Amino acid sequence: MGRTATNATAVKHSLPKARTGIDGLDQITGGGLPRGRPTLICGSAGSGKTLFGIEFLVRGATQFGEPGVFLAFEETPEELAQNVRSLGFDLEQLTDEKKLAVDYVHVERSEIEEAGEYDLSALFIRLGHAIDSIGAKRVVLDTLETLFGGLSDTAVLRAELRRLFRWLKDKGVSAIITGERGDGTLTRQGLEEYVSDCVILLDHRVNDQLSTRRLRIVKYRGTVHGTNEYPFLIDENGISVLPITSMGLAQEASEERISTGIAPLDTMLGGAGVYRGSSVLVTGTAGTGKTSLAAHFADATCRRGERCLYFSYEESQSQLVRNMRSIGLDLEPWLKKNLLVFHASRPDAHGLEMHLAVLHKLVEKLEPHSVVIDPITTFANVGSSREIESMLIRLIDFLKSRQITAFFTSLTRGGNALERSESGISSIIDTWMLLRDIELGGERNRGLYVLKSRGMSHSNQIREFLLTARGVEIKDVYVGPEGVLTGSMRLAQEAREQAVALTRQQEIERRQRDIERKRRSVEAQAAALHGQFEAEQEELMRLIEQEQAAANSSLLDRERMAVSRRADNPIQVSASPQIPTVRRK
Amino acid sequence: MKAKKQSPPSLQEISATAVADPDVWELRLYVAGQTAKSQAALANLKKLCEAKLPGKYKIEVVDLLVHPHLAKGDQIIAIPTLVRKLPEPIRKVIGDLSNTERTLVGLQLRPSGS
Repeated sequence: MGRTATNATAVKHSLPKARTGIDGLDQITGGGLPRGRPTLICGSAGSGKTLFGIEFLVRGATQFGEPGVFLAFEETPEELAQNVRSLGFDLEQLTDEKKLAVDYVHVERSEIEEAGEYDLSALFIRLGHAIDSIGAKRVVLDTLETLFGGLSDTAVLRAELRRLFRWLKDKGVSAIITGERGDGTLTRQGLEEYVSDCVILLDHRVNDQLSTRRLRIVKYRGTVHGTNEYPFLIDENGISVLPITSMGLAQEASEERISTGIAPLDTMLGGAGVYRGSSVLVTGTAGTGKTSLAAHFADATCRRGERCLYFSYEESQSQLVRNMRSIGLDLEPWLKKNLLVFHASRPDAHGLEMHLAVLHKLVEKLEPHSVVIDPITTFANVGSSREIESMLIRLIDFLKSRQITAFFTSLTRGGNALERSESGISSIIDTWMLLRDIELGGERNRGLYVLKSRGMSHSNQIREFLLTARGVEIKDVYVGPEGVLTGSMRLAQEAREQAVALTRQQEIERRQRDIERKRRSVEAQAAALHGQFEAEQEELMRLIEQEQAAANSSLLDRERMAVSRRADNPIQVSASPQIPTVRRK
Repeated sequence: MKAKKQSPPSLQEISATAVADPDVWELRLYVAGQTAKSQAALANLKKLCEAKLPGKYKIEVVDLLVHPHLAKGDQIIAIPTLVRKLPEPIRKVIGDLSNTERTLVGLQLRPSGS
């Protein structure tokens, strides 16, 4: 949208222009065709000249309030109306509303005899009358060269054409003159000689049975214009020119992260998934689950309530929906809500540029938040790898400029190094995931790893990628002495480790029991020792008591004896013998 | 041999019947204003008709500057244009009719060969 804004400011400084209303053309011409001047549209038969003219008039009449005159030299008004009805242009209604006048000029050499001098004033009068009758601002002459077939005096004709273009300019109408492409010249009769302001060349090329329509502005005086060849489409909405060029590296980088739809994969990608507006590539050999990853990504987009545009070049919509259901992913509700839009076509349905044009157009129309292209490698059938690279760079630039997250899958053909991306686009991809086969122990399993992911610390681990009935699962793989273990070998390894853990657990329990037993025996021994000690202490106490008793009785005996002996000195009663007191607990 | 020779109607035969046709010739001359070419054309036409179709012709002059819408009906692109409305089929001769030979051929008044 930024482009249109810059164009609008450019318009002020350059020629006044008449907008064509043709998708994309106003963009590359910086606002339309020169107002009040003739423009030459040339091209070979069937390149879309007449349609271009009609659309210029119809859009002018319906969108810009500028009525137009179509001077047809080749087809009658009825034929014209019929030819463009399929494009939704109702010429008869426009004619009734006085927004359009179609005049059929029939020039038949066999009916006309030339006898003497003449000029083409009558043609001017007819055109002038038609212009005045509806106040036309636009005129299409399709194609003047028929006059050269009908009249023999080319000198007069050339002089009259020069006068006609002068006259058209004086009238101030924006005119389109169509001309058949000549051999080595833009038009057979050299009309480009008279129309010097703007010349547009339409081309319909067929390469390898694939047709591509292209448009090029040969010259446009006094204005800056795109000089490339732009592909254009003719479909039910008329012409759309697709100004698809590399837009340079000025895109805003979003900080927002979005999920890939697979939680463990988000974890691998720095824990939060990929950046919004980035480009994601999944490469892998056949059957490694690229489409399943893409479908999960699409599902995640729709889950956020955003729109996903899914270009499927190998599977039809119903086939893909059915297949995804088998891994527990139901895309049907998103299709019903129109959040998921499929565009399934065969790559050889058009040329490469046309594919890009279709992509471009659909993206413009549907404004999705993410786009899936599955797979990009099928384009190899319709273009060389250099062409594919150029196309993808332009596509990625285009998507990035709109903050659309792109998800591409790419098939690595057998025999190629896995890290070699088929179309050499790896350097323009932000996040590149690789799915690979791991053949081990007589089975084939899928491994996934993140090869690169700009702007985040991603996992460098190879993970096992499983497709189950409940969706995609990502498992840790075992890295043992024999290498990476996957599948049943991983399961065996898991069992082995479980057995080892069990044994260790049992060992610990056994030791715990041992120590408990020991503790108990120590306690028992301690109790026994204690008992013995108490017994000994008891014995000692008894002895002491006996000793005291004996001492007391001997003292009494001596007193008694002294009394009986009538001794002089009173007997000194000696202190009782010191017996250590035994402290009892 | 003779019958075969006569079977495709030749230009001579057509012009012979035309000349033999006693009906009035309806001629229409389209001009755009009083230009030298238009006046020359009208003068040349009158002279020719007097010589070839005395009393059997009718000339109508249409000025397209006055009636521009009439150009469409007869598919006029050049000025001046002479249209032979009758006898049918319609014939057109463009130019100032200064080339009498070609005018006669155009109007099928005289075989081009003789």
